[in-house]
Amino acid sequence: MLTFAIFFPLVGALLIAALPKDQERSAKVIAAVTTAIVLAAVAYMFIDYDRGASGYQFIDSTTWLDSGISDFNLNYTVGLDGLSLPLVLLTAFLGLVSILISWRIELRPKEYFVWLLVLETSLLGVFSSLDLVLFFLFWELELIPMYFLISIWGSGNRIYSAWKYVLYTFFGSAFMIVGILTLGFTAGTFDIRELAEVGSFDDAIIPAWSIFTLLSIAFLVKMPIVPFHTWLPDAHTDAPTAVSVMLAGVLLKMGGYGILRMSLSIMPEQAADANVIFAVIAAVSIIYGAMMTLVQTDLKRLIAYSSVSHMGYVLLGVSSIGLVGLTGAATQMVTHGLITGMLFALVGMVYDRAHTREIGDLSGLATRMPFITAMMLVAGLASLGLPALAGFTAEITVFLGTFERHEAFTIIGVLGVAFAAGYILWMIQRVFWGPPDPKWAELTDATAWWERGPIIALTIAIVAIGVYPAWIMDLLRDGVAPIAERLA
Amino acid sequence: MDDLNLLGPQLALLIGAGLIIIVDLLLPIVSRQAYQGRLPLLSGLALLAAAGSLGWSLALVLTDERGEAFDGMISVDDFTLFFNFLFAAVAGAIVLGSVDYLARHRFQGEYLALILIAAAGMSLMAAGTDLIMIFIALELQAIALFALVGISKNESGSEATLKFLLLSAISTAITLYGMAYLFGLSGETSLDGIASYVANTDENRSALVLAAVFLTAGLGFKMAVVPFQMWVPDVYEGAPTPITAFLSVASKAAGFAVVMRIFLAALGEGLITTDWAYLFAAIAAVSMTLGNVLALVQGNIKRMLGYSSIAQAGTILIGLAAVAAEDPQLLLGTSSVVFFLGAYAFTNIGAFIAIIAISHKIGSDQIADYAGVAKRSPLLAFALAACLFSLTGFPPTAGFIAKIYVFNAAVQADLVWLAIIGVLNSVISAYYYLRVVLNMFARDPETDEAFTPSPYLGAALAAAVVGLFAIGIYPTPLIEASESAARVFS
Repeated sequence: MLTFAIFFPLVGALLIAALPKDQERSAKVIAAVTTAIVLAAVAYMFIDYDRGASGYQFIDSTTWLDSGISDFNLNYTVGLDGLSLPLVLLTAFLGLVSILISWRIELRPKEYFVWLLVLETSLLGVFSSLDLVLFFLFWELELIPMYFLISIWGSGNRIYSAWKYVLYTFFGSAFMIVGILTLGFTAGTFDIRELAEVGSFDDAIIPAWSIFTLLSIAFLVKMPIVPFHTWLPDAHTDAPTAVSVMLAGVLLKMGGYGILRMSLSIMPEQAADANVIFAVIAAVSIIYGAMMTLVQTDLKRLIAYSSVSHMGYVLLGVSSIGLVGLTGAATQMVTHGLITGMLFALVGMVYDRAHTREIGDLSGLATRMPFITAMMLVAGLASLGLPALAGFTAEITVFLGTFERHEAFTIIGVLGVAFAAGYILWMIQRVFWGPPDPKWAELTDATAWWERGPIIALTIAIVAIGVYPAWIMDLLRDGVAPIAERLA
Repeated sequence: MDDLNLLGPQLALLIGAGLIIIVDLLLPIVSRQAYQGRLPLLSGLALLAAAGSLGWSLALVLTDERGEAFDGMISVDDFTLFFNFLFAAVAGAIVLGSVDYLARHRFQGEYLALILIAAAGMSLMAAGTDLIMIFIALELQAIALFALVGISKNESGSEATLKFLLLSAISTAITLYGMAYLFGLSGETSLDGIASYVANTDENRSALVLAAVFLTAGLGFKMAVVPFQMWVPDVYEGAPTPITAFLSVASKAAGFAVVMRIFLAALGEGLITTDWAYLFAAIAAVSMTLGNVLALVQGNIKRMLGYSSIAQAGTILIGLAAVAAEDPQLLLGTSSVVFFLGAYAFTNIGAFIAIIAISHKIGSDQIADYAGVAKRSPLLAFALAACLFSLTGFPPTAGFIAKIYVFNAAVQADLVWLAIIGVLNSVISAYYYLRVVLNMFARDPETDEAFTPSPYLGAALAAAVVGLFAIGIYPTPLIEASESAARVFS
């Protein structure tokens, strides 16, 4: 079932690639049907998941490479636990959203949908892999579709941004593979479940803290943290809307997921030692990201920088190295994925109509596009942490979990929320309220089903988590509980 | 007869070469008209010879024939057979890749025959277990390659040939000097004899080391590693592109095969120590870094691939460094070198054939002129992109597995620092490999005129691309073949 969900997008991609040139219109239908089926499969697993049981479920395992002369046995092993299942669900959900909001794509639609589907396979693979080398394979695979998607369908300085994105990630993952190979050599296995049982890597060929560093660099770059964040505003701004949604919604979570799944659970000793460093980095990212957000004049750039700040909360939760903080970090990943995905989708709709993202040029759009405005308000309020919406749930849990261990840094983190209220409300006020500009009198609201449908679905998810968080937070708590136990 | 049976794969190539020359001579006498259309006939013969060689190797594998031949001059073992397959397959691919080029040139028979002769020579290099045999094989392929590099008889080709000839001669002399030392010390030319000498004496260590240094230098030329790489860019640029592909894959693999044979079979006991690990590791690190940095600034795609092949050779050398550093019972290093050579053959042949097809249509080797190729020929652009992604080491291609395998060997041999240099070099290489991809896909072409490769090129390219994905997705068969090749030295 899980293997089917991971590779089914690839089947859709092959189908689309095989379409004759004059059938380009059916590409999007195939893509939508494919992602809908994947979402259905993942939703089924979400319901079918046995919440009482511990460990991984839906495991598929087979030998991929059996080497006779050394410890170089690679296995295809995938499975889900409470931490990965919500992220897989998020990926499948945003995967469908990203196809729908690209419904009107004009430029080379066939290739575009092929790459979006390949991207979905690689992301599902990253969150499901239980083998380090397989994880690394999917992690690297993701770069190829992203590289094409940004450099071909992007805007502005798209080629430069695609480069920056690929090289930053590739640079980080170069260290990761050495870390992975060292871990595998020391423990004699690449299986994440077995590695998590090892506990101590003091007899490895290089010092344990250096393995930890090698592993974590890639995740921190991906998250991203200051000062390795500069690829993010560029990539986000220049990527096409759907790719921004996937990038903010899912790809950044690869970093947070990697930290939790690899760094923390495989090397708990070193992670516990690093908690103050994590807290400092987190606080810097939150405040620096928020301050940078305040001065942005481009809508997409503004949301991109707010992501830097919001992903800082994930790291802040991690630095608590306790159950509550880790649960908060995991929840923040899911909620940020939904909220920021929605913000990017809405900004994309504004840009499609006004052909500008300059905040200074836009004014009084509320009268022209009431639906977009209302939804922007919902997503914005969720982003700044209004109670009863998803963002609040995650952030308050992070703060509760972290306060005991890092009082000062938590207070700095809370300041970030105040900033968020500032930049979000100020942005909405300037763009949507304000005097209606006659220049924008011709603009229309989002009325098509493929625009309204995804946005309404996202809103429902955000409200559902805000009002009754237990349905997803209990799962995430059970997922991070074994990690917290090892850290204790 | 047993000897001839074991030598069958090489004989098939040589017989093919002889036939091509004879047919090429007789054809104008028989019929003038037939002579005009001789290219399909001659290339068909060449392909048949390559296929015959492959088939014979396969028969040897299936009937489990192994053993020494010609009084221990050559040994047919799993290592030899692996390279038999490799060289015959590469020769076949090069023949297919040359058809378009040959259609515009006179020396068709000579060209095809020389390719087969060179492939036979390389195959014998891997099989040779006696210094004299190895040297003859070395010369056999070198002389064939000199003629091939300059076969266009134009200015850049002649310059390339001269450079290649002179530097090759020097390197051969150095190799021979090293061999003479080994012979002088041990009184033996067979690798077995030398091995027992090295194992049983503690004297003359410094002379042995000197011999090994000469051999490394002389064969370093074949492998094209720094500091013996000076000939590479000019020769790669000046030679006909199919020959460049041949040089970059087959000639390099043959160099590695001989180095492994001599160092592991003859000098293995006692002389291969951590010191060698550091020598190989240093050459590997410098080759990767210099090759990659220089490749960054190239505007000509053939030159770029020339420098990149220096860097790739450096990556392969990581495996050799790991052999020297690890416990001799662990064969991961050797196996990783063999595997990498196999994966690299598919990848680089594919890349060059795609370049032949594209450059022929757009009339330029400049990377800048590759703009928008994806619009004009989507499949070609996809194939070249797949090869370049494999060279960089992205999944799900052969290059990904090969790099992980080599880096894993380094980590297991306690060479983590070398693995880190290796992976950082992959990042540098991503820049220049993917720049080509970017030009093809993200930029607009000057004209929208579509084009497709000729069926010969298309067939060779399809085989290479299918191969590199197959190895990337299901590497076990090639890994097993590499491991059994490596076991020859245990």
